[in-house]
Amino acid sequence: MVVNGGSGDQCEWGGRWDHVKKFLERPGPFTHPDFEPSTESLQFLLETCKILVIGAGGLGCELLKDLALSGFRHLHVVDMDTIDVSNLNRQFLFRPKDVGRPKADVAADFITSRVPGCCVVPHFKKIQDFDETFYRQFHIIVCGLDSIVARRWMNGMLMSLLVYEDGILDPSSIIPLIDGGTEGFKGNARVILPGMTACVDCTLELYPPQINFPMCTIASMPRLPEHCVEYVRVLLWPKEKPFGEAVALDGDDPEHIQWVFEKSLERAAEYSITGVTYRLTQGVVKRIIPAVASTNAVIAASCATEVFKIASSAYIPLNNYLVFNDVDGLYTYTFEAERKENCSACSQVPQDLQFPSSAKLQEVLNYLTESASLQMKSPAITATIEGRNKTLYLQTVASIEERTRPNLSKTLKELGLSDGQELAVADVTTPQTVLFKLHLTS
Amino acid sequence: MAATKTSKEQKYDRQLRLWGDHGQEALENAHICLINATATGTEILKNLVLPGIGAFTIVDGHKVSGEDVGNNFFLSNNSIGKNRAQAATELLQELNSDVSGNFVEESPDKLLDGEPEFFHRFSLVIGVQLPESTCLRLGVVLWNASIPFLVCRTYGLTGYMRLVVREHTVVESHPDNALEDLRLDQPFPELKNHIESYDLDSMEKKDHSHTPWIIVIAKYLENWRSEHDSQLPKNYKEKEAFRELIRQGILKNEHGAPEDEENFEEAIKNVNTALNPTKITSAVEDLFNGEQCNNISAQTPSFWVMVRGVREFVRNEGNGCLPVRGTIPDMIADSHKFINLQNVYREKAMLDATVVSKHVESLLQSVGKPTESIAEQEIKLFCKNAAFLRVVRCRSLADEYSVETFNRDEITSCMDNPDSEMVLYLMLRSIDRFYQQHSRYPGVYNYQVEEDISKLKVCVNSLLQEYGLSVSVKDDYIHEFCRCGAAEPHTVAAFLGGSAAQEVIKVITHQFVPFNNTFIYNAMAQTSATLQL
Repeated sequence: MVVNGGSGDQCEWGGRWDHVKKFLERPGPFTHPDFEPSTESLQFLLETCKILVIGAGGLGCELLKDLALSGFRHLHVVDMDTIDVSNLNRQFLFRPKDVGRPKADVAADFITSRVPGCCVVPHFKKIQDFDETFYRQFHIIVCGLDSIVARRWMNGMLMSLLVYEDGILDPSSIIPLIDGGTEGFKGNARVILPGMTACVDCTLELYPPQINFPMCTIASMPRLPEHCVEYVRVLLWPKEKPFGEAVALDGDDPEHIQWVFEKSLERAAEYSITGVTYRLTQGVVKRIIPAVASTNAVIAASCATEVFKIASSAYIPLNNYLVFNDVDGLYTYTFEAERKENCSACSQVPQDLQFPSSAKLQEVLNYLTESASLQMKSPAITATIEGRNKTLYLQTVASIEERTRPNLSKTLKELGLSDGQELAVADVTTPQTVLFKLHLTS
Repeated sequence: MAATKTSKEQKYDRQLRLWGDHGQEALENAHICLINATATGTEILKNLVLPGIGAFTIVDGHKVSGEDVGNNFFLSNNSIGKNRAQAATELLQELNSDVSGNFVEESPDKLLDGEPEFFHRFSLVIGVQLPESTCLRLGVVLWNASIPFLVCRTYGLTGYMRLVVREHTVVESHPDNALEDLRLDQPFPELKNHIESYDLDSMEKKDHSHTPWIIVIAKYLENWRSEHDSQLPKNYKEKEAFRELIRQGILKNEHGAPEDEENFEEAIKNVNTALNPTKITSAVEDLFNGEQCNNISAQTPSFWVMVRGVREFVRNEGNGCLPVRGTIPDMIADSHKFINLQNVYREKAMLDATVVSKHVESLLQSVGKPTESIAEQEIKLFCKNAAFLRVVRCRSLADEYSVETFNRDEITSCMDNPDSEMVLYLMLRSIDRFYQQHSRYPGVYNYQVEEDISKLKVCVNSLLQEYGLSVSVKDDYIHEFCRCGAAEPHTVAAFLGGSAAQEVIKVITHQFVPFNNTFIYNAMAQTSATLQL
């Protein structure tokens, strides 16, 4: 019996799990076909079931609480961030005295002391710091991330765990992924069964495109206060280096924001643009997304309900996507997102690239980043040419970027690529290299 | 103090971007009452304490049980046996030192018996897991005192919310997809003059490519109208022709190929919406025709005085149109042209708002109220939002429950689909009956589940009979509502906690639009519905 946590208090008391037991120990008309009422299910939740929560922020705090109070006692939480004062309006496991400390640590401490018997293991790390051996130990993984890139990476990681024997997926290699996201008064929750249901990349086009202002607007034709701030961030700061030679703009440094704010006001005055405020300035620099406790509570609760359903078979899980919006009344929409036949993450269908042999490598790079279904961020392309592995282009290491940059203006023919050969592409959006088959035309 | 203000601004930054400083102020001046610190109750309060509600008071006569601690984050096992209101207040208060937390160790029934005016001090009352009789009694008191009442309940995997408020007005509804107010179909004089100042045919390429699409459409519209009897392009065919006209206006290079003129592409894309006739929506017309608008007295709330002020404007200086909103979307244009155009709209909006102010002033004077009772700023904000005003009326519980006035149509039409969320509402009404008869909820103990199914079915049938409803409730739901034994699973309580808190915030801040009037959440299917009962 787990005796971890609490100030020496008992971990069990009469009636503690009464609210949960009714759904585990009684038969019912809406249970999952696999459901068997028994007292063992509760023991499974309490003693064996291991859940990983990704993110200890707005959704993560809620998720940890929801899972702990639903009977899950073996929780791990991963978060690479430290606590900021602006988190305190919704990330309720943190207090003013915790500002600066790692979110994962503080969240784990709080849950462990408030919910006796619940053991939360914190990891003050990036998700990319772990490999398959770490992720494989969990029964279910729940994400409360704030970036699409991170979601895709997690998605890719779980795909890489799948085992296929003679083309048939081994169900025991599937780790369900429950994913939640929120923005202001909108949110969504989805259930992903890797290899079986639509994955993050299958529905990439569902995500709204990020707003980026065109350079000519920023540089010479500002119209909105936001354009003025972007001008200072993108053009003026690198030019004036106000805090030192190699000092990058830090959105969390009030002195930096103050400087940007003042310069933005000057820029705005030049063009008779009104509306530049400190709040607006910070919002643009940090790409701030408004957030409240309520939306996070709703979405995390939906996710936690699904974790419970899957772990206990008490009910049929969400199939598979829930959208929520409470700007005008409360609106939910539930639908089944469909798998994409040739999804680059989960379909196992070889990805094709088709280019004339006279096309430049730059065009291939553009396609990888601009195509709606791939949306790669900074792909690194390698190929086997004449028996040797050659890096054609890599952006993420400055010296290699410099060395391989000339390849971008060479044609695929000049680079020695032949029709039908494989290109291996690595990117932050996936832990596994994506293999493409290159079809050269003409 | 400057320092405290900055740290509060920092803490609340992410939510201030949604409801602004004035919304926050309204929150901080509010005092909310929660009845029953069950998991649902404390989850709702948590989502009000975190954003900085002014004060809360928990009313609860119950003692903390082991079961309570099991699903409630704001009760600890060393509070078992203590009063639940007090125990929960401690852990909720700890969330935010800006908030003032209070508790009353009393059941709501006792307060209703001896001191119903107790509830008059609150901005809003939240009643959680209330038995029907208490709920209805409280409903009467709050209705008569015009205090908004939010009833919430978690029952197994069903979540339920009912908002009761006589009349809730919203100036800042913040619609997601609002149409722009560009007046291209009937340009006001200043806009007309501004359009006149442009001559597309004589422009250099640089100017031509950086002329706002609003001007481009306006110019081509002038041409069109002169050749079409002053009519706007009306149907798909005409709009297509109009788009083609604009496309032909794109400059051509020396080889006769069209130049890259993004502003013209924007114009073509916006033809559909830009040509919508400027019209007052029926929702706003209804406000103009409403009783409160017609009968202004010294007791009339500011909202209605301003509605009347705008109506006077519409029927006189506005020539059938609302005051100009004053905003335009961003578009490809050089700074100078864009700012000048934006200023034309802004100045007209200010002018119109001033005229509306005059009407409001004379209305106030006519009922003997000082003109300062409605601030200039308020009228400006009102005019800017004139097209999006909303009034929400959520009728009394008495009306919902009365055999004479209950909403038969809503119930029967929803139940055409026997799995609609309406069945969950009927089940909740039925278990209330069960409670009235048996002084307990069905299926709480394992041995009761089987026998309670038939007892509950009797309650369902008597409910349907009393209201003369010929709908059928599937046995599966009766079984499920026995099976769940009145459990309050934390995740369902947490879902309601978020939903309810935001509705409370909407009511307090008068921003965004509250639901009307019943919300049902089905956690089994992960679906929900809003019913007007």
